[in-house]
Amino acid sequence: MSEVLVLVDHVDGEIKKNTYEMLTAARRLGEPSAVVVGTPGTATKLAEGLAAHGAEKVYVAESDDAVNYLSTPQVDVLASLVERVSPPAVLIPAGADGREVAGRLAVRTNSGWLNDLVDIDGDRNGSHSIFGGAFTVQSHATTDTAIVSWRSGSIEVEENAAAGTQETVEVPAVDAARSAKVSNRAPIVGGDRPELTEASIVVSGGRGVGSADNFNVVEGLADSLHAAVGASRAAVDSGYYPNQFQVGQTGKTVSPQLYIALGISGAIQHRAGMQTSKTIVAVNKDPEAPIFEIADFGIVGDLFSVAPQLTEEVGKRSS
Amino acid sequence: MNIVVLIKQVPDTWSERTLSDGDKTLDRASSDAVLDEINERAVEEALKIKEAGDAEVTILTAGPDRATDAVRKALSMGADKAVHVNDDAIHGSDAVATAKVLAKAIGTVGDVDLVIAGNEATDGRSGAMAGMIGEVLGWPSLTHANALSVADGAATVKRETDEGTCDVTAALPAVVSVAEKINEPRYPSFKGIMAAKKKPVSTLGISDLGLDASEVGLDGSLVKVDSFAPRPPKSGGQKVEDEGDGGQKIAEFLVGQKLI
Repeated sequence: MSEVLVLVDHVDGEIKKNTYEMLTAARRLGEPSAVVVGTPGTATKLAEGLAAHGAEKVYVAESDDAVNYLSTPQVDVLASLVERVSPPAVLIPAGADGREVAGRLAVRTNSGWLNDLVDIDGDRNGSHSIFGGAFTVQSHATTDTAIVSWRSGSIEVEENAAAGTQETVEVPAVDAARSAKVSNRAPIVGGDRPELTEASIVVSGGRGVGSADNFNVVEGLADSLHAAVGASRAAVDSGYYPNQFQVGQTGKTVSPQLYIALGISGAIQHRAGMQTSKTIVAVNKDPEAPIFEIADFGIVGDLFSVAPQLTEEVGKRSS
Repeated sequence: MNIVVLIKQVPDTWSERTLSDGDKTLDRASSDAVLDEINERAVEEALKIKEAGDAEVTILTAGPDRATDAVRKALSMGADKAVHVNDDAIHGSDAVATAKVLAKAIGTVGDVDLVIAGNEATDGRSGAMAGMIGEVLGWPSLTHANALSVADGAATVKRETDEGTCDVTAALPAVVSVAEKINEPRYPSFKGIMAAKKKPVSTLGISDLGLDASEVGLDGSLVKVDSFAPRPPKSGGQKVEDEGDGGQKIAEFLVGQKLI
């Protein structure tokens, strides 16, 4: 059976959930082999989790340079493994860093790149969700190896005990003159709330929230539900909430179990970022607001009375 | 300093976007077309370097006839000249084929020191074109820049993504992609708009780039789109007027859905 490569997404010695989704998807295509690129000692911390989720092999590519250059070490390691094992697919996380690795690897190996997949079947047919979920597109790569960027939160993770046999591979020496050198790395300080694109519940505020201070109403409801906080472009442009929390075509695309829109009219811009949410609840003063066209449950009313009341109700039920 | 700025005309994100039934590509004719916002920031960043020293700024795009509007807008902001790759053969190119076309087109400008692009277009959203072009050219790529400085034959950026922040430095020639927070782009002045009409735009076909039709477009792409379907329209559910118990009503709904 052919090996399917999965680039492990890890931060501070912990595996991100997306890795387990990719290992689950990789098993449909062959035998999953996890690829760890990191500083010396990284793979030891990750080995158990990878084996428990189906990694038959773990390629360990460790070097101090792994974090000193932008995407080049990952591309170099994966390119040499592609040459060696001719995998039917290489699965890579679809975040900003991962897509850069995937795009470069596709050029380097002259392989088809299936970007931002939400599903793949055993015959390597991929599914994409584009224009914020307005269309589902099926595609496949015509090359022996498909480079796949995998959108986080797309499939259920399956546990699958596997051997997880470790094998050390070399991180090729980086040509410093032709590579981008990285310094002063710092993680984004996200606070205590779940990450917007990984949260199972998102509570968002729009222009109707009216001010930065008023966003505490949105945050209050979000915290009662252990949800992430989002904002519409109108709210971000008005300075009510930071840019990194923008949901919409020019911001994040989210697809949580529950999306609560407070004071958001529901322009196409915004809907493109949230319309694939499983359940949508909207509160808006304007009965004609387009958000009601896609809401499963809508309240025509003042968010400043509805949201605090809902926060209280949630509190009663969880205590 | 010789700077090339990559721009792209995209369907307006405030309009409905769709795909063509025939060849399953983006239907560019059916929606309003605009210069992608992030590209204006790329142009602005190049103009800042030009104004601080000595630089020639060349706009580069690949697209159909109507992409000329996007080119003129970039020129009216203050860029010096433009290259427009316009060839029916490139229609339907995937990301890898597009990177090859753009890399070849950069080659026609001659002795380029710096390529500046947006970090992610609002239509394709591959978000990796700068890195891919760098890979084709063998140049370093400095991506998702929220600040850029160029000195002593090197570029340095402050990079910011969801994964974190860092500083990135590389020797020129290099490819930089800019992120949303890098600057506020200028509006073209009336004088700039008039001047743009006289600025040289060279239109190139793929044969001018030394490429064959089999290497680009739908035929030259390594990914085939098999089918697409619009998401079934989501019909609105229940909508009720708040009578002082709106929060409770939502809570009951959520309990019914087993969401709380």
